Amino acid sequence: MYPSNFDYQRAASVADAIQKGSSDGAKFLAGGHSLLPALKLRLNEPESLVDIARLDALKGISVTGSSVRIGALATHAQIAGSADVKKHAPALASACGQVGDPAVRNRGTLGGNLAHTDPASDPPTVVLALGGKLHLQGSGGNRVVAAEDFFLDLFTTDLHPGELITAVEIPSIGQAKSAYAKMAHPASRYAVVGVCVVLEVSGGKCSKARVAVGGATPKATLSAAAANALVGSSLDTAALDAAAQALSADLSDVMGDVYAPEDYRRAMAGVYLKRAVRAAMG
Amino acid sequence: MAAAEKIIGSRIKRREDPRLITGEAKYLEDIQLPGLLHAAILRSPHAHAKIKSIDTSKAAKHPGVIAVYTGKDFADVNPMPCAWQAGKVKNNVNTPRVLEIDRVTFTGAGVAVVVAEDRYMAQDALELIHVDYEVLPAVVDAEKATKAGAPQLHENAPNNIALEWTCGTQDTTDRALKEADVVVKQRMINQRLIPTPMETRGCIAQYQAATEEWTVWMTSQAPHVMRLLMTAFVFGVPETKMRVISPQIGGGFGAKIFLYPEYCLMAALSRKIGRPVKWMETRSENYIATTHGRDHITEIEVGAKRDGTITALKVNTYANLGGVLSTIAPGIPTTLYGRMLSGTYRIPNIFCHVYGVYTNTGMVDAYRGAGRPEATYVIERAVDLVAHELGLDPVAVRRKNFIPPEAFPYDPVILNGLKYDSGQYAKALDLALKMLGYENFRKEQAEARKQGRYLGVGFSSYVEICGVAPSAWIGLPGEGWGAGLWESANVRVHLTGKVVVTTGSQSHGQGHETSVAQVVAGELGISVDDVIVQHSDTLGTPFGYGTYGSRSTAVGTVAVYNSLQKIKEKAKLLGAHMLEAAPEDVVFEDGKVFVKGSPDQSKTIQEIAGAAALAYSLPPGMEPFLDNTSYYDPPNCTFPFGTHICVVEVDKETGEVKIKRYIAIDDVGKVINPMIVEGQVHGGIVQGVAQALWEGAVYDDNGQLLTGSLMDYAIPKADFFPTFETDRTETPTPVNPLGVKGAGETGTIASTPAVVNAIVDALAPFGVKHIDMPVTPPKVWRILQGNGG
Repeated sequence: MYPSNFDYQRAASVADAIQKGSSDGAKFLAGGHSLLPALKLRLNEPESLVDIARLDALKGISVTGSSVRIGALATHAQIAGSADVKKHAPALASACGQVGDPAVRNRGTLGGNLAHTDPASDPPTVVLALGGKLHLQGSGGNRVVAAEDFFLDLFTTDLHPGELITAVEIPSIGQAKSAYAKMAHPASRYAVVGVCVVLEVSGGKCSKARVAVGGATPKATLSAAAANALVGSSLDTAALDAAAQALSADLSDVMGDVYAPEDYRRAMAGVYLKRAVRAAMG
Repeated sequence: MAAAEKIIGSRIKRREDPRLITGEAKYLEDIQLPGLLHAAILRSPHAHAKIKSIDTSKAAKHPGVIAVYTGKDFADVNPMPCAWQAGKVKNNVNTPRVLEIDRVTFTGAGVAVVVAEDRYMAQDALELIHVDYEVLPAVVDAEKATKAGAPQLHENAPNNIALEWTCGTQDTTDRALKEADVVVKQRMINQRLIPTPMETRGCIAQYQAATEEWTVWMTSQAPHVMRLLMTAFVFGVPETKMRVISPQIGGGFGAKIFLYPEYCLMAALSRKIGRPVKWMETRSENYIATTHGRDHITEIEVGAKRDGTITALKVNTYANLGGVLSTIAPGIPTTLYGRMLSGTYRIPNIFCHVYGVYTNTGMVDAYRGAGRPEATYVIERAVDLVAHELGLDPVAVRRKNFIPPEAFPYDPVILNGLKYDSGQYAKALDLALKMLGYENFRKEQAEARKQGRYLGVGFSSYVEICGVAPSAWIGLPGEGWGAGLWESANVRVHLTGKVVVTTGSQSHGQGHETSVAQVVAGELGISVDDVIVQHSDTLGTPFGYGTYGSRSTAVGTVAVYNSLQKIKEKAKLLGAHMLEAAPEDVVFEDGKVFVKGSPDQSKTIQEIAGAAALAYSLPPGMEPFLDNTSYYDPPNCTFPFGTHICVVEVDKETGEVKIKRYIAIDDVGKVINPMIVEGQVHGGIVQGVAQALWEGAVYDDNGQLLTGSLMDYAIPKADFFPTFETDRTETPTPVNPLGVKGAGETGTIASTPAVVNAIVDALAPFGVKHIDMPVTPPKVWRILQGNGG
């Protein structure tokens, strides 16, 4: 509970943050709800913290064209309560409302969450299923990375040293249906498994599907096999069972721990896929 | 007596809450002293190792560091005492030292300490200490530790056996099992728990060289006992050389009863350095270095007649005590466990055998309920196993075997001379069943099963033992402490009529400042606001054994009551004198002394207290002031009881268990403050249900704690529970004049079997007879996978 020494610098602007954050041993500090516990346990001992929490340019939620743009510093609570997010990306609002507890949701930010990319965290799974794009800014300029290219591995992303997430752009689901279903660990409330589905349905048949899983795997993962099992079906019980089996079979690198062994997580991915589809179809 | 009855039993708000809610209460971490230094403790990362050498030279040079010490620097300080040497613990007592010198037997044992100007510097310097360990093989399972070839922890404890204890008679029990119509055998695990009080442990010690006296602030449930053990046993000085203060304590659940090495280390450091030294435990330290609870592996055999009459119970338990013995560790799985195995039933033949075992794990000692939850789990599961085997209703089997009301005081034979004081077990069960609507539930359950939904109901008709104190029982060497655990109280009625009560017991959430004041106000006929209750400082309070085992009301408050009777007697004498009446003609009622039949001419307790304090016209021979001290050694313990019912639904797909209803009927004797009792019952149920469903400390085979943080160790959250349905029956105890039994642990004691019985009932269609705690979703899922679910 006693971090080692570090320097603290408050960034005056995004450019200033990037400059300060580019030095060796620097870490960005936003909501601090993943970083500070790691510091206190001395699992992470950065030389300096660059506080970006007050940069207005990274705040705010807005709708532009057919997508919703969420500033990296938007808190989970703000996203969960945003009318725009509820309309255009309801699964993300729902998932952000299930992160941690009220204190975590009021301080923790979406950008920080995605940059940290804890395998058991809820938002990466949903951003991935919704086809989100991450707007990044670094000393080399700006770039936009699709979520599926951003999450690389356990706690590993495509972020370069000193690069910041500035915003997350989520295409509006329009007429599609979506839902996030999660089994929470009783201690941490992190996802033992979390499944997000996005479904397009016409004439009683599923015409398009995206399925993402988190919690069970080292990183949030899309399953084409599960999506394929849903497409063309009327999302009836047999189709859901088939999709659940396809998902359980499709997942590689399923994690196990003292609470939930690997085979259980694998099976629950299927169960929660079915629950997510049922929730999406209301 | 009208006023007395009104205040005792009334639902007044806790007087300690405003300071707690507003954050004004001062906890140990809030205390600052001039010149205060801060200590950080280096703990062994290995569960079993020899310490070959320790190099502290780099740490000593770190900025801000005052001193670095290892165990060798405190070779003159005695190891911690083991105060409850139950179970023939004789020549194999191994307890912690302030810092271990040459060997560690659990991960988290202290091996070095840094004292620095601030805690951050101390923590930084810890990383600069180099310890050369020779790592030894570890064993963490109590049963395996006793087997041939297991790593040996202590030379004086062959096969790692710290104690072997029995109660009951083996030959008659074996014979009864042979003659029984049915015998059910079951192995059951009562898993290790981590108490997790909101506030971790801490200590500040300040030594004054001129007087050779210490003042020690510590997070203790028993400050007087701490002072006695630290001075007389650890430092070898008179107890008058130390003052111990427990500031506001943020929960203990038993884990703050014990004398820990860190407290003695702070005292030793302050004496060496000449400045006050503080240590406040981190949560990570709390999980590895503070005591744990439970951790039993038990095999039972229960014999019964076809009609459900239980004829014999045989229990064999391996109790894991950890790498070294904590202060009262041997007493928990013996006296407080084996002797309560008869539960609420007439069981003619019982035999219990216990091994207390050393393993390479953290110390295990009393945790809320302490022995009685383990006993209740065994007997209440056993009753259900018998019912299941015979195809009988578990309620009917309970009724068949209940000790009837006319049998009290009841001697369950295994209680070593004590008798259950009073009980109406069927009455509590009936009330609980009525609240449940049992017949309707069975119909609902049958309907649900047809739809593939699995509901279950579980019962627990428990009895427990409180007021652990009677000298004739707990004083017995080899069984108890070698000391009676009497309690004390001093009551003074000041000149202004304000009453100050000091008690040797301690309050860390139990609400003594309210409930004790209610007894005083009721007895003296005054306002609760005129009563001040002081505790938790050895300076100014009479010696007492502290707060645990639901004993403060049944023992400590009875001492207060006894003092109040003596105060009232003196008030009557003085009142009669003031009224110019004969002492035998006056009465004390509603706070006034008057001649029987003439209440208009009276002297109030305040007037009498004033006269006693001013003391210019006292009856010949009377001493000034209304002041009395009592020491109360009860003749018997008290035995709260009741029935808890849990209704669950098990999700067949995921194995998740949802608590649908929780009904608790508790009989804690006479109730002083129903709101406080309900709070205790609610908190207890939450902790018990949490053991049944979520909590469990897990060590790997190398003795590393895998559930070492709140990220992994699942303490319960409010939204895990439905609203509890609670009610009471009230059967006063004849043991004490207040009729009170104790209410601090009933919820924890009753609830685990209620939940597990409910889950087994829900899973009956899958042939499930037993499932071990914590009943996590993966565990249920795996059983269902294997049983065609």
